[in-house]
Amino acid sequence: MTLALSTQTTGRKRAAGSRWLKLAALTAALVCLPFLALLFEAVQGSQGLWSHLAASVLPKAFLDTAILLAGVGILVASMGTGAAWLVTAYEFPGRRTMEWALLLPLAVPTYIVAYAYLDILHPIGPVQGAVRWLLGYSSPREFRLPDIRSMTGCILLLGFVLYPYVYIATRAMFLTQPASLIEVSRTLGVSRNGVFRRVALPLARPAIVVGVSLALMETLNDIGASEFLGVRTLTVSIYTTWVTRSDLPGASQLALALLAVVVAIVAAEQYARRKQRFAANAQRAGGSIERQRVSVPKGLLLLALCLLPVFVGFIAPATHLAVEAYTRLGYAGLPVRFLANISNTVIFSAAATIITLLLGSAAAYAARLHPGAPSAWFYRLATIGYAAPGTVVAIGLLIALGAFDRTADQLASSWFGFSTGLLFLGSGAALLYAYSTRFLAISAGAMAAGLSRIPQSLDDVSRMLGETASGTLRRVHLPLSKTALAASGLLVFVDCIKELPATLLLRPLNVETLATHLYGEAARGTYEEASISALMIILIALLPVIWLARVGRGEHR
Amino acid sequence: MRNAMLTKTLFTAVSFVSVASMASAAEVSIYTTREPGLIQPLLDSFKASTGITVNTVFLKDGLAERVASEGESSPADILMTVDAGNLVDLVEKGVTQPIESDALKGAVPEQLRDANGHWVALSMRARVLYAAKDVDLTAFNYEDLSDPKWKGKICIRSGQHPYNTALFADHLAHYGAEETEKWLSGVKDNLARKAAGGDREGAKDILGGVCDIAIANSYYVGLMRSGKGGDEQKQWGDAIKVVLPTFKDDGTHVNISGAALAKNAPNKAEAVQLLEYLVSEDAQKIYAEANYEYPVRAGVAADPIIAEFGELKIDSKPLAEIVSHRKAASELVDKVGFDN
Repeated sequence: MTLALSTQTTGRKRAAGSRWLKLAALTAALVCLPFLALLFEAVQGSQGLWSHLAASVLPKAFLDTAILLAGVGILVASMGTGAAWLVTAYEFPGRRTMEWALLLPLAVPTYIVAYAYLDILHPIGPVQGAVRWLLGYSSPREFRLPDIRSMTGCILLLGFVLYPYVYIATRAMFLTQPASLIEVSRTLGVSRNGVFRRVALPLARPAIVVGVSLALMETLNDIGASEFLGVRTLTVSIYTTWVTRSDLPGASQLALALLAVVVAIVAAEQYARRKQRFAANAQRAGGSIERQRVSVPKGLLLLALCLLPVFVGFIAPATHLAVEAYTRLGYAGLPVRFLANISNTVIFSAAATIITLLLGSAAAYAARLHPGAPSAWFYRLATIGYAAPGTVVAIGLLIALGAFDRTADQLASSWFGFSTGLLFLGSGAALLYAYSTRFLAISAGAMAAGLSRIPQSLDDVSRMLGETASGTLRRVHLPLSKTALAASGLLVFVDCIKELPATLLLRPLNVETLATHLYGEAARGTYEEASISALMIILIALLPVIWLARVGRGEHR
Repeated sequence: MRNAMLTKTLFTAVSFVSVASMASAAEVSIYTTREPGLIQPLLDSFKASTGITVNTVFLKDGLAERVASEGESSPADILMTVDAGNLVDLVEKGVTQPIESDALKGAVPEQLRDANGHWVALSMRARVLYAAKDVDLTAFNYEDLSDPKWKGKICIRSGQHPYNTALFADHLAHYGAEETEKWLSGVKDNLARKAAGGDREGAKDILGGVCDIAIANSYYVGLMRSGKGGDEQKQWGDAIKVVLPTFKDDGTHVNISGAALAKNAPNKAEAVQLLEYLVSEDAQKIYAEANYEYPVRAGVAADPIIAEFGELKIDSKPLAEIVSHRKAASELVDKVGFDN
């Protein structure tokens, strides 16, 4: 096929190239559809909502959101970057294990971690029980630790499960930094810590920013944990406006306002970085940083430092859930339709991952093939879904796809005399649509980053040798960036498995996933039954996370 | 070529799912916000006696939006949800139709049905007071929740939760906006912790010494004390005593779970049949015994765990009136910063 195409004329090749632009445009349009539907809903006018919101909701919601984002941002940036530097720059006992173990909290959804810690840290839970026993108190009425249901609690919990986003990005950056730079700075008399502060950290800044922004988007998307812990964020306000006050237009207006704020922040960040150029050709020149050997006590200290986030973000909640699940299994057995729930979860997530990878690559590749405003805009629009809370995407999609399904069904009935049923909402395709919309930023971002490290000269050579744009992608770019792409695919897969709000709203009759089953049980407070599904979500998400760790290691070893 | 294969795989995956939800013989489809575990025993028993297959999708929020969006193509027959306000929302969004059934009218008292027959209550729950065993209380008025003597001693879930907005709306119906704002602000000052979590945490927090009293729904006590939620929850349930609070000179605030008939129900006859089954003595007994809710049908007894609270005297304000105040109640919750 490639051979046949390569003999075509240049004009034909250009046409083939512009197909990528068209695909990117289509992707952008598909992603924007739910937001346009929201816009449509928003202009229906809300019932005098804004005066009330401005007076008694928004000030507090903005403040809480800002504090939460700042807190989580600082926490994930320092933990993610710190951990990445430790496993990259030092040789200590258990380092190789920590390299991948630090990724484990990725497998734990924020809502599960909130449920688990409310149990673990409750006055009648194991931790406070042990503390009371140590201090000699007999009743929680005599002595209690501060309540986890607070802003501080929420920041800590979210921080400890979201830092891996920063860790992944930053570690990759540290590993690809040329050792020569470090050697030069050492020769010039900079201390080891100085190297971190003055060389490694500034170079890793783009990666930190990317990781932190992913973590913050996840924070904004979270409703489960913040609502459960009593933090009133903007997202929770959108939700309350919609659900408690039955004001969908008002909720849509709020959602669009929030989206505008996020887009503005992202744009500002990009504008601030516009002058910076990070040498793409720096990759692997002269091998990566040589790890410093440390004394045993210091090594153990470093190990403990790395273990802390893994323990809080993964080991403790997973162990708690395992114990709960075991108890539950003992007296009630597996939940009904457990296997069906697992297969639904895996099938939907896998299918969505494939779509997300294809469309994300298209958006990124079109931007490379056709540099300029249109492709840059298509890329930006295609990745907007990650900035929007899942609930928002879900309501928008519900409006848009419902209208489509309805029309298709009516047309088919009147033209051909048969009912198509609900094409999207009735088949689960709506779920795939929602997942892809939400997570395109991950695959597109990874592809764009991968492509940016490939010199343009390779494209030119390939095209000069008669290869088409698609052929170049397949034979040059994909092999060179397949690790990055595979890693992003795994992230998308894990995110799909954990996704809750869109799954709840858009799935067809008789379809449960692990997350919806978990939510159903948690909603009635039967955590024990939910714990089996929760544990299963973590286990399934764990496989790709471990694979991800191996991929990372293979690439840099 | 690779893409073609992917597309094929995808297509197979998708059609696999749609086939699973395709029509068989007699069936009825429920969109429900009630947790599947709660209604499954009822649906199983309905299928066993009628042979009608029941399809369900458990939704959280967006029930009305989803049905409205699906329009005439919607497969939904019955829309099932908790909270009178949610049922009224369904009617206001125009996704329901009147249920024509004399059996329903005979079984469910008039105040527990929509005036135009669009929805019917299937079970009731009271908003009760959980109290630590050592608190000296045998009776309680909702009004007293704002009494400063409870400062730092009350646990409650988010003020924006429908169970609470309905209670606050009931207060509004009794006393008007000014009084209710003062009351809510007083309750806020008395909270022991953030208004968050679920109703069961009220009992758990009382056991944990976080608070002395909590406002929560009646059926949770049954679920906890029966041991159905495991030994741990039994401890929480046993750590509290339950008082049926009342408004002064009136009764206890009660909310409902209920169902409406979807406007475009493809299986209307089966849907009505299922609704009639749900208010039958058998089904009402399951509601009482499996879910610990108060039956809506006269003559069916509450579960002993629930009956032990004493006789339920239902507040006199009609549900429709309470529902009409819930938006105002929700705004007051924001205004006094109840959840802050």
